[in-house]
Amino acid sequence: MSGVAGYFNIQAAPKGSLRSLEQMVWSLRHRGPDGFGFFQDDLTGLGRAHLCTTEPEIGLQPLCNEDQTVWVAADGEIYNHTDLRSQLVQKGHRFAGDSDMEVLVHLYEEKDVNFLSELNGQYAIALYDTRKQVLLLARDRMGICPLFYCCHGGSCYFASEMKAVFAADRSVPCQINSQVLQDIFTFWSPVGADTIFTGVEQVQPGHFVEVSRQGISQQRPYWHLTYAEEPVDPVSEEELAEELQTLLTDAVRLRLQAHVPIGAYLSGGLDSSVVTALIRRCSAHPLSTFAVAFEDAVYDERQKQLRVSKHLQTEHEQIVCRYADIARCFPRVIFHTETPILRTAPAPLFLLSGLARKRGCPVILSGEGADEIFGGYDLFKEAKVRAFISVQPDSACRAMLLKRLYPYLALSPTRSASFAKQFFATTVHPESDLFYAHQPRWKNGRFLIGFLSDALTADDYSPLEKMRGFVASSMHGQDFFTRAQYVESRLLLPNYLLSSQGDRMTMAHSVAGRYPFLDHRVVEFAARVPGRLKMKGLQEKYLLKKAMRGLLPAATVQRKKQPYLAPDIPSFFGGAVPPYVEHLLSPGYLNTTGLFKPAMVTNLVGKCRAGSRQGFRENMALVGILSTQSLYEQFVENRLTDCPESLGKTKKIIQM
Amino acid sequence: MQENTDKIRDFIISNFLFDTEETPLENDTSFLEQGIIDSTGVLELVEWLEETFSIKVTDEELIPENLDSVNRLSRFIARKTS
Repeated sequence: MSGVAGYFNIQAAPKGSLRSLEQMVWSLRHRGPDGFGFFQDDLTGLGRAHLCTTEPEIGLQPLCNEDQTVWVAADGEIYNHTDLRSQLVQKGHRFAGDSDMEVLVHLYEEKDVNFLSELNGQYAIALYDTRKQVLLLARDRMGICPLFYCCHGGSCYFASEMKAVFAADRSVPCQINSQVLQDIFTFWSPVGADTIFTGVEQVQPGHFVEVSRQGISQQRPYWHLTYAEEPVDPVSEEELAEELQTLLTDAVRLRLQAHVPIGAYLSGGLDSSVVTALIRRCSAHPLSTFAVAFEDAVYDERQKQLRVSKHLQTEHEQIVCRYADIARCFPRVIFHTETPILRTAPAPLFLLSGLARKRGCPVILSGEGADEIFGGYDLFKEAKVRAFISVQPDSACRAMLLKRLYPYLALSPTRSASFAKQFFATTVHPESDLFYAHQPRWKNGRFLIGFLSDALTADDYSPLEKMRGFVASSMHGQDFFTRAQYVESRLLLPNYLLSSQGDRMTMAHSVAGRYPFLDHRVVEFAARVPGRLKMKGLQEKYLLKKAMRGLLPAATVQRKKQPYLAPDIPSFFGGAVPPYVEHLLSPGYLNTTGLFKPAMVTNLVGKCRAGSRQGFRENMALVGILSTQSLYEQFVENRLTDCPESLGKTKKIIQM
Repeated sequence: MQENTDKIRDFIISNFLFDTEETPLENDTSFLEQGIIDSTGVLELVEWLEETFSIKVTDEELIPENLDSVNRLSRFIARKTS
């Protein structure tokens, strides 16, 4: 992994263009501390901060084809590069080095933009065709690697992180988009290509965009996540489970290619245990595993982690998170997420990547994605229960099922079945609402948006309408379970989980995350599996568990899912309140940003100080407001200006 | 009764609405329908009831008929404390 950045001169080149490139790449140095490379001609600038993983040092980018007419700077890994390379060599292509990314320029020569469909990997690609005078920006199918762009002053700037776009040129405006803030407060993430900053867009997962002298094209998909109809011939469960185990093993094997030590995150839950077990199966090397533990026993999973670690014989280490640790690193976390968040869950993962790096593991494998594609989330279970009750809304027996949801929560919404029935809208028919599964959660959005200042909510904006426009056509004709999976996989996975908890938290400490469940072959396989085999009755990830029987301790396979949570309000108000929290939530600074109603926030802060029990909504509101205020302070109010005269580690400059 | 009604209103407004000026709260407004309280908020409300009025609320009493508006709460407390 690494950081990429650059520009395309649509009408004008940026002033002092090499300096601009340096400033961009310097702001991404946490993504690639091992060297910087640059390419420039009259039209285009490409830059890259390099992190040594699979590539030896000669793999510094930008890279080019034989006659130097196609150039590429890319972040990520191409896992099937060996196969692709031998096919290309057979066709007469000559390779200059060993980098996996070199296949991109040659494959592009063969297939033009269609080369994207041939790749298995995680990547953000900036490919420049000097003959056509076109810059292609493309992102992997599931959205593991980030890629943003912004047009300003006749140039199109692009980068792995938005901070690089703002570092390119001080005149690039940096403003919080009030509609996207409402989206985030409703859905936990922006929708589609939007970002929290006005004018900055992201290339959507599985999409590409072309930049030329004529301007920027629409984003176009090169891959679709389509859920197949349930097969008419019942395929035996055993066969499917076997196929899944073979596929996942191969996905793990491909992700073990590296010139550096590889570790794994081991949360104690099923998904990371699956990945760890398969690593042990594919490799005899000693394996380091890393985990988050919490001082607060409500969140702690240490015993479960140790059980799996012992079973799989890994060298296990954990960071023990106290409330104050989360509060202390929170501003750094927001510097890296570059977006408001409603939970502190990314913070411990920020600390965890620090531990992995310290222990010499710049690459870790992790279990993200399994819940989305194999039916792991409580939200799916909740929707199933609601749908079951809706058939006979007055049945007391059916309503009792609500009590089986969320047994692990201290403030479970289901302690009162009668209220829960109303809250979960059990009389609504599953097919009458496109977002049936998500609606109970999204209802909180109205409460959170209530904290926004009047100026931000003056227009008649509806986040739900935007969401409908974004996904409706892809979801029509699907049942509620499949629709819920689609929303999780295409929206929350790339725009929240893989970004705020994934890429941005690992790369904050120069650690590359690899995700076997997000191998597109595994995702496509999962989309063919009937929903009833993903969640059988109320048993989540049924098929995955079946596929992994025998490889893991029975207790790990059988345990009920406990989602990864971190303490929210107590992290900031459970002890001495950090001065920066006091400042960001003070009426004075709330007036400065103009984003929230100071009186309401003051009331909320008062409740937090009182230390009473807080519901989900209050926790989300506090973290949402604090993170937005911090984002404003770090990006809108104070821009990065720390680029030195000489970058020191520049190892490659090509000027044409 | 009026005293309890005022106490309840103060608690709901300061604890769930946060915004005292812009959200008018009628005594018959349904907390759930209006999104004033979510289902975890119900438990917060119950803790407050038990503490403030020295009563014990059983699981069977956790129903909207008892708890889902200022007036319903007020009547419920009156019954429990009589």
